[in-house]
Amino acid sequence: MLHWKKYRPIDWALVAIAVFMPFLPLVDHNGGHINVLVNAGIYMMLAIGLNIVVGFAGLLDLGYAAFFAIGSYTYAMVASPQFGLHFSFWPMVLISAFVAAIFGVILGAPTLRLRGDYLAIVTLGFGEIVPQTFLNLAKYTGGPNGISAIDQPKLFGYHFGLNPLPYYYLVLVLIAFSLIVANNLRTSRLGRAWMAIREDEIAAAHMGINTTTAKLAAFSLGASFSGLSGVVNASLLTLVSPDQFKFNVSITVLSMLVLGGMGSLPGVVVGSALLSILNFFILPQASNLAATVGLHIDFTSYRFMLYGIILVAVMLFKPEGLWGSEQRRAELKESDITKAENAEYEEMPRETV
Amino acid sequence: MATLLELRQIDAFYGRIQALHGISLRVDKGEVVALIGSNGAGKTTTLRVISGLLRPAHGQVIYEGQDITRLSPDLIVGRRLIQSPEGRRIFARMTVLENLQLGAYTRTSLTEVAESLEEVFTLFPRLKERINQKGGTLSGGEQQMLAIGRALMSKPELLLLDEPSLGLSPLLVQTIFSIIRDINKRGVTILLIEQNARQALQIAHRGYVLETGNITMQDTAANLLASEEVRAAYLGGSVKAS
Repeated sequence: MLHWKKYRPIDWALVAIAVFMPFLPLVDHNGGHINVLVNAGIYMMLAIGLNIVVGFAGLLDLGYAAFFAIGSYTYAMVASPQFGLHFSFWPMVLISAFVAAIFGVILGAPTLRLRGDYLAIVTLGFGEIVPQTFLNLAKYTGGPNGISAIDQPKLFGYHFGLNPLPYYYLVLVLIAFSLIVANNLRTSRLGRAWMAIREDEIAAAHMGINTTTAKLAAFSLGASFSGLSGVVNASLLTLVSPDQFKFNVSITVLSMLVLGGMGSLPGVVVGSALLSILNFFILPQASNLAATVGLHIDFTSYRFMLYGIILVAVMLFKPEGLWGSEQRRAELKESDITKAENAEYEEMPRETV
Repeated sequence: MATLLELRQIDAFYGRIQALHGISLRVDKGEVVALIGSNGAGKTTTLRVISGLLRPAHGQVIYEGQDITRLSPDLIVGRRLIQSPEGRRIFARMTVLENLQLGAYTRTSLTEVAESLEEVFTLFPRLKERINQKGGTLSGGEQQMLAIGRALMSKPELLLLDEPSLGLSPLLVQTIFSIIRDINKRGVTILLIEQNARQALQIAHRGYVLETGNITMQDTAANLLASEEVRAAYLGGSVKAS
């Protein structure tokens, strides 16, 4: 629960940036910048979804890109010349989210008894199987070429086209919606069940929490957000192909959570924004800059090395993430708790009985 | 008195190792029943079978006249058969209040939950003082109070307590046991698992002795306390002393 007095200046800065975002295109007319922000927004939605699975429920999922692929392909198959279908964009946003949620249950069910490392390995497998399946079902998915000429959204007769600006506003609205939904989930009864499971699954079962249902709900609700971003992704690029959903997407999204702070919604926003800025803006700019002084270094190819350095630095200096939740901070300071536990037992006054 | 819980011929295994051999026991409404035995006798296993965490190979668990052997743990909790788990298992990184609220997870009426919270604070004023403190920073005794308080938040009909005296100073053990007696007087039936046999039998109405997965004795608590075999094996006194 947030209290007014707890807000720090940096919290207000974050709020100010969020309020300013809708007005940014009035100041910055550079379409390239807007395009970068749209891509960053798609990743932010993915991070909000993965945070439900990993941050709230504590289920380490290394194959989240699979759901992003399912969301993207769902829209691509019904809104392109592939089958000659041209479903409207808007209902498909919800339908794709729903389809991704169903696959969340299907892929989540076999992993229910697994924990930690084992869960991570199985989800990693799913993350590989899904793009491979799309690659090999060439009859339906276009195989390695994917599906192209995907329809772009229309709103009241206005055609989105290739201009990134309408996508920018669409993504802003979807992020706001996702954050509200995720925050409501966090404080709901289900959210409390997730946190209890993350803390101690056996104790959670003793509280009367159905751990099976709660974990499946985390997988499917988490996946549904990637359905949203998948639809936006497919219509923005007008092309989907299996190589867009490789392992590095899952790892990038997970790195965003680790950087910002797992389980913390402001952390997810900050972490995904920072990593996207690095990814889509700083690295390409740095390469351009190097080229102007005659150095031909492609900094973007050092992306994962930089992620690695950043993550190691975060783990060393701020292990709960840049904007970690208080809970997470406590989890990482386990040793203090154990110390207190071993402290001498206090005597209790008898009259309390 | 009406029978609340009955175990009939329970066989339970961990893999291929048989932990319980045809256990039968009964808890009547309003009773405190103690299940005593040494390490590895199968006390915790018995509780795991009752609360649905371990499926027995044979036998039945009958609660309020219904077979609950195959029900999942959450449904059993829904029937107000609550276990305060072995080793307390409080949520160390959540506050006292959040722990207690999770205890009331299965309940829907907010006013009733508030009433239970008041009741828990009456039994354990110390918890009220520490309401916003993280569970993990409480002392061992306070953690045990929190574990029992959390179990009470679900308004149990039958409360299963697993080693409530574990790791507590002798004075705190006294306190915890008199609170358990208090809880029983408020109408909660209790099945108590203890290694501290003397304390357990002093507050219990009846008791069972468990040895390597078999029930070897059953009697009223007073008779068990007086029994020479029990004294020799569990009460630490010499057989002759009286």
